[in-house]
Amino acid sequence: MTGEIDRLHPEAAVLSGPRPKPRAPRGRGRVAVSWIVLIASVAYFLLPLLGTLIFSLRDRPWYQAYSDTLADAQLYRAFGFSLVIAVITVILSVVLLVPTAYWVRLRLPRLRPFVEFVTLLPFVIPPIVLVYGLLTTFNAPPLPLTTSDLGANVLLVCAYVVLSFPYMYRAIDTGLRVIDIRTLTEASQSLGAGWLTIMWRVILPNLRVAILSGAFLTLAIVVGEFTIANFLARPMFAVYLQLISGNLAYEPAAVALFSFAITWASMGVIALIGRGSGRRVEITGAH
Amino acid sequence: MSQTADMHGARTATRSGRRRFRWTFVGVLPFLAFAALFLVLPTLYLVVGSFQSKAGAFTLDNFFHLTSTYTAGAYEASIEISLVTAVAGGILGFLLAYAVIAGGLPGPIRSLIMTFSGVASNFAGVPLALAFTFTIGRTGFITALLMAVGINPYANGFTIYSKIGLELVYLYFQLPLMVLIIAPAIDGLRREWREASENLGATSAQYWRHVALPILLPSILGSVILLFGNAFGAQATAYALTGGFIPLVTIVIGQQLSGDALGDKNLGYALAIGMVAIMGVTLVAYSWLTRRAERWQR
Repeated sequence: MTGEIDRLHPEAAVLSGPRPKPRAPRGRGRVAVSWIVLIASVAYFLLPLLGTLIFSLRDRPWYQAYSDTLADAQLYRAFGFSLVIAVITVILSVVLLVPTAYWVRLRLPRLRPFVEFVTLLPFVIPPIVLVYGLLTTFNAPPLPLTTSDLGANVLLVCAYVVLSFPYMYRAIDTGLRVIDIRTLTEASQSLGAGWLTIMWRVILPNLRVAILSGAFLTLAIVVGEFTIANFLARPMFAVYLQLISGNLAYEPAAVALFSFAITWASMGVIALIGRGSGRRVEITGAH
Repeated sequence: MSQTADMHGARTATRSGRRRFRWTFVGVLPFLAFAALFLVLPTLYLVVGSFQSKAGAFTLDNFFHLTSTYTAGAYEASIEISLVTAVAGGILGFLLAYAVIAGGLPGPIRSLIMTFSGVASNFAGVPLALAFTFTIGRTGFITALLMAVGINPYANGFTIYSKIGLELVYLYFQLPLMVLIIAPAIDGLRREWREASENLGATSAQYWRHVALPILLPSILGSVILLFGNAFGAQATAYALTGGFIPLVTIVIGQQLSGDALGDKNLGYALAIGMVAIMGVTLVAYSWLTRRAERWQR
C-alpha cells in the first residue's frame, strides 16, 4: 500500500524517510528466508555467549566464579590500568588529529590525500608488525623506551594512538565536512578569537558527536587489545584475562562476559550519540 | 559548499608565495612527526633489516629464504584461513545484511543487528577465543549436548584448536564486519531499478543477475578483500585459542619476538615486511573497488 503511494508520488517517498528504503519484497517466501537467515545468525552469535555464561555458573555455589572475580584485586588493577591508558590514548589522539584535520581542510586541502593515506597506514601495518617494529626501534639508544616501565607505557599509548588513526581521523573529517569551518573560523577571528579559542570553543563543540563516537570505539578497542600489550609486557586487561585463563577454571568465563559487556556498552553509547545526527558513524576498527 | 571553500583555500595558498606556505605547513607537523616516529620509523627499521644479512650487508636472501617450508607454510596457513573466512563471512554477512535491510523484517531488527555487528566485529582476541572454548571446546556445552545425543565431535577428528576451529571463531568478527561495510551498498540499491526491471517483465532472478549483482559486485568484492586483510593481520585470537599450534604468519612473528623462533632476526623482518606487502595489495585493491562501487551510490 505505501509502496503504491510512493510510486504515484515520488516526492512522498523522499519525504517519508532520511534514506531510501529498498522495496519490501512481495512474496512471503522472501520474508521467511530472511527470518531463517536472521535466526541462524543470531543463534551463531548467541551460542558462544550462552556457553560462556553456562561455564561461568558451573562452579559451586553457582556464583563462586563471580564472587572470586569481584574479589580479585588484580582485575581492578588491570581494568583500571587499561581505562587510564585508553583515556590518555583518546585525549592524545584528539589533540593530534582534530587540529590536523581542521588545518588540512582549511589551509592545506592539497595535502588531504597524503594525510588520509598516512592515517590509513595502520590498516597495512598490523599490530603484530607495529609492535615488532616498535620493539626493534626503541629497545636501544638513542630512544631506549622499552627499558623502563614509564617508557613502555609511553610506547603503548603511542602505539594505540597510531591504531586509532584510521577511524578517529575519518570520524573527525566526516564531522568537519558538515560544518562550515571557513565561516566559523572567520567569524571567530573577526570577534578577536585566537587559534586556541577557535579550537576549544568553536571547532571541538561542533565535532562532539564525531569525537565521542571515535573515542568510544577507541576505548573498546584499547581495553580489549592484546597483541601490543602482551609484547610490551603491559598489565592490560586482555593480558590479565589470558593469564588467568591458564591458571583458573571458571573465573575467565566471568571476566570474558564482562569484557563483552564493555564492548556492548561502548557500542551502545556510540549508537545513542549518533542517533540524533542522522549520519552513519564508523563502528569498527581492525584486529 | 565546503568544496568551494577548499578550492578557495588552495588558491590563496599558491598565491601567497613560498614563505606563507611554509608557515601553513607547520600546522600538520605534529601529526606528521608523530606518525613518522611511531609508525613509519619502526616500519623502516624492519624494511632495512629485511634487506640485510646477519653481518649487516645488503642482501635479498631473506626474501628468498621465505620460501622455506616453515615460513612458506605460515603464509599458506594465514592466506588459507583469511580466504576461507573472508569468503564465508562475506556470503553469510551479505545474506544477513540483505535480510535485515531489505528482507521485509520488522524495522527495529535492523538497528539492533547493526549495533550488535559493531559489538561483535570488535569482540575479538582473548575473550572471543575463550567464549568458543567454553562452547565447543572439549568441555563446552554444545560438545556436551552433542555427546548426549551420541555424537562425539572430538572422536571424529574435530577440534576447536585446528584450522577449521579457528575459522569458525574468526567468522564471529568477519560476518558482522561484512554486515557493517556492505550495508551502505544495499541501501544504495534504488527502488526504481527493481521497479523498472519488473515493469519490463524481469523475474526476481533476472533482476539479481542483470541489475543488482553487477551493481553490488564491486562493493561485495571490496568488502571480501577487506575481510581478508582483517583476518590476515589478526594475531590475538589465534594466539589465545591455540597458543602457537597453528603457525600463522602473525603467530610466527610473535614467536620470533618472544624468542628467536626462526633462528634469524633478519628473516623475521622479511616475514613481517612480506606481510605488510600483502596487506598493502589488499588495501589498494579495496580502495580501487570502493571507488568503482561509489559510482552507483551518489
